[in-house]
Amino acid sequence: MSDSRSPEPSAAEKPRKGFFRRLRERLNQGESWLTYDLAHLLPGGKPDEAFIEEMETRLLTGDVGVDATEEIIGSLERKLWRDELKDTRAVVATIRESLLEILAPCEQPLVVPEAPRPWVILVVGVNGAGKTTTIGKIARRLGGQGHSVLIAAGDTFRAAAVEQLQVWGQRNDVPVIAQQAGADPAAVVFDAVQSAQARQIDVVIADTAGRLHTQENLMEELAKVKRVIGKLDPRAPHEILLVLDGSTGQNALIQARRFNEAVGVTGVAITKLDGSAKGGSLVAVAKELRVPIRFIGIGESVEDLDVFEAGPFLDALMEGTGAGTG
Amino acid sequence: MFDNLSDRLSQARASLLGKGRITEDNVRDTLRQVRMALLEADVALPVVKSFIDRVKERAVGAEVTSSLTPGQALIKIIHDELVEVMGAESKGLELRAQPPAVILMAGLQGAGKTTTTGKLARWLREKDKKSVMVTSADVYRPAAILQLERVAEQAGARFHPSQQDETPLAIAEAALEAARLALVDVLIVDTAGRLHVDDAMMTEVRALQDHLTPAETLFVVDSMAGQDAVHAARAFGETLDLTGVVLTKTDGDARGGVALSVRQITGAPIKFLGVGEKLDGLEAFHPERVASRILGMGDVVSLVEQVEEKVDRDQAEKLARKLKKGKGFDLADLKEQISQMQAMGGLSALMDKMPGLPPQAMKAGMGEKELKRQVAIIDSMTPRERRFPKLIDGSRKRRIAAGSGTQVQDVNRLLKQHAQMARMMKKFSKGGLAKMMRAMKGRMPPGFPG
Ligand SMILES: Nc1nc2c(ncn2[C@@H]2O[C@H](COP(=O)(O)OP(=O)(O)OP(=O)(O)O)[C@@H](O)[C@H]2O)c(=O)[nH]1
Ligand SMILES: Nc1nc2c(ncn2[C@@H]2O[C@H](COP(=O)(O)OP(=O)(O)O)[C@@H](O)[C@H]2O)c(=O)[nH]1
Ligand SMILES: [Mg+2]
Ligand SMILES: [Mg+2]
Repeated sequence: MSDSRSPEPSAAEKPRKGFFRRLRERLNQGESWLTYDLAHLLPGGKPDEAFIEEMETRLLTGDVGVDATEEIIGSLERKLWRDELKDTRAVVATIRESLLEILAPCEQPLVVPEAPRPWVILVVGVNGAGKTTTIGKIARRLGGQGHSVLIAAGDTFRAAAVEQLQVWGQRNDVPVIAQQAGADPAAVVFDAVQSAQARQIDVVIADTAGRLHTQENLMEELAKVKRVIGKLDPRAPHEILLVLDGSTGQNALIQARRFNEAVGVTGVAITKLDGSAKGGSLVAVAKELRVPIRFIGIGESVEDLDVFEAGPFLDALMEGTGAGTG
Repeated sequence: MFDNLSDRLSQARASLLGKGRITEDNVRDTLRQVRMALLEADVALPVVKSFIDRVKERAVGAEVTSSLTPGQALIKIIHDELVEVMGAESKGLELRAQPPAVILMAGLQGAGKTTTTGKLARWLREKDKKSVMVTSADVYRPAAILQLERVAEQAGARFHPSQQDETPLAIAEAALEAARLALVDVLIVDTAGRLHVDDAMMTEVRALQDHLTPAETLFVVDSMAGQDAVHAARAFGETLDLTGVVLTKTDGDARGGVALSVRQITGAPIKFLGVGEKLDGLEAFHPERVASRILGMGDVVSLVEQVEEKVDRDQAEKLARKLKKGKGFDLADLKEQISQMQAMGGLSALMDKMPGLPPQAMKAGMGEKELKRQVAIIDSMTPRERRFPKLIDGSRKRRIAAGSGTQVQDVNRLLKQHAQMARMMKKFSKGGLAKMMRAMKGRMPPGFPG
């Protein structure tokens, strides 16, 4: 972690234990997609083909996607043939293992290194994914780790986007650099980075307008923002964080692909996992792009952000609420 | 891009080929593929299951008319069932209540409620000549009220201001009173996004509905939504008396299976599609379009039907026989095809039925005029040239252009298109225009006449 040397755990990291409990409560409300009713499905019997098919269905309904599902089911079937799956517990363990294999390599928290300064995070994603809110939460987190933060209001398109971001700035006591509505987002972000250089600020987080990955001119606009930042520091932006809405289905993978092609995604945050959405699209994204997953969003307030960890994420996902797990 | 079900079906089609009747046996594999395709399109699983059951019921035992292969017949059944579930053409908003008629907006966070509020205000003002007032009961999201104020301004609607320290109920009440005093026809109440698992927030929006007795309560849903949308739809549908659904962000490339789920779960009709971020990005719902998009195949069925109706079957068969014999697709054949296109009102009429294509761009060069010009070019060729297009060199091109009253580049374009088409015909040497058009879908460069 970036702050392993700091004498005390930061404010943002203190309530860690309680946080995971809270996460588990909040993630995946309603029955667990994988473990729901397993006991009923398998009244004492050994898992068979039909049961495997049921598990396949469940992975699909968790938005995991056909590709990843096929891989997981494949490994289940191999074990079934080898007669290694005695009960539902074994099945769940196998699924968890397969999911973990995909997700664990993506467990790479965002670490702001000592240099360079300012360290620039460009936040991108489709409309309404949760970019602005996530920026507010990250600003709080990084501030808690002792970093000075500046926010760039790169969404110059959506009505009141700047004011929305300014509220988050005030909540975190962090300056927000903005221009008038309709201004060139690249110019806004350039200004912000320049100003951060002058003020010796550690981290710049740049918001951008939501855009559908099918809108080529808007994707080009994003590439331009990136290029312009690069004029101030050839290695910047140091992080290009793609925000995905956790309730999105199969389109999440396409979004990840396209944004990656357009600007090169270095990290992913997935939001709105406080509902009953499973966030399974993350599996497909992780499997194909092998991109670090930085954060998960689990609510609308400033502390409702957690570092992504594959194990707890899967546990929260697979733990049923009262449904028999064999 | 939108060829998912077609792809899947072509995998399964072998089991359907050559059989005159759809049976439980030869349909099973295909229905599995349909199931996967629907899941990939984000239709919720329980909805997929009941859908497949109904299709099976309809399909098994159905006689296949001679003009369709069993595969095509099944596609048609699937498509028809889908359109039926989707409901009729949008009837628009029901606002005949005592004015001010209230529209209540509801949905998850980031779905597009505020934007849609602005779009509806604009729509009602411009299309229905109504006076509209909007207000925001979103006291949670930062600057949400200001966002609506800006949007209202763009829409030319009155804005009833509210404050973050008011309760949503108080806001609604005050706005209703203001709307009455101002004698506006319609009051649209925007609300905060909420999760369906958030009991307090669901209770809040129910209270708003009880208070406002809206003429329309619209559920706004993101077309990119995944499987969980079924839970959201159920909860919103149970909490509120939904009168309609708005499907947003359809300008993207999500397949939008959520439309089917929401429609089936809530029973509420889909009334509008959001097709852009700007306020003019709103369209009335067309079941055919959304159905085809979910199936991922353009409006193939009506293409099939139109082709069946209008294409001269003998001609098509003659061509097929010729191609089968290994003789190439020459310019005389192209002319035949173009004439058939003309009989169908030009490709642009067909293009209109294909979702996901930018209609304007595609229409260019596909109208009647362009087809006429192409016929003229071919008519100015010698029979030998038609048979062996390779013969057509620079000087021949100039002669043909002059003879048809066109430019050399028109001739070049036609030849290029013919070459592309000949390649395609080689691949699909069996079957007539219908099959070919399906194959070409998505591969046609702008300006390609057919
Ligand atoms: N429940 C929940 N809501 C969230 C979460 N993250 C964001 N939201 C909500 O989702 C909505 C959209 O969030 P924004 O941060 O404005 O999203 P955006 O990507 O900046 O949106 P645009 O700039 O309009 O494209 C807001 O109502 C947020 O409060 C989350 O983790 N959980
Ligand atoms: N491309 C596109 N964007 C849309 C559409 N409808 C809404 N949006 C965008 O989606 C985001 C969220 O919309 P908003 O109206 O604020 O959602 P709300 O949170 O439900 O009120 C904004 O960036 C809008 O500009 C649409 O039909 N197409
Ligand atoms: Mg934003
Ligand atoms: Mg809103």
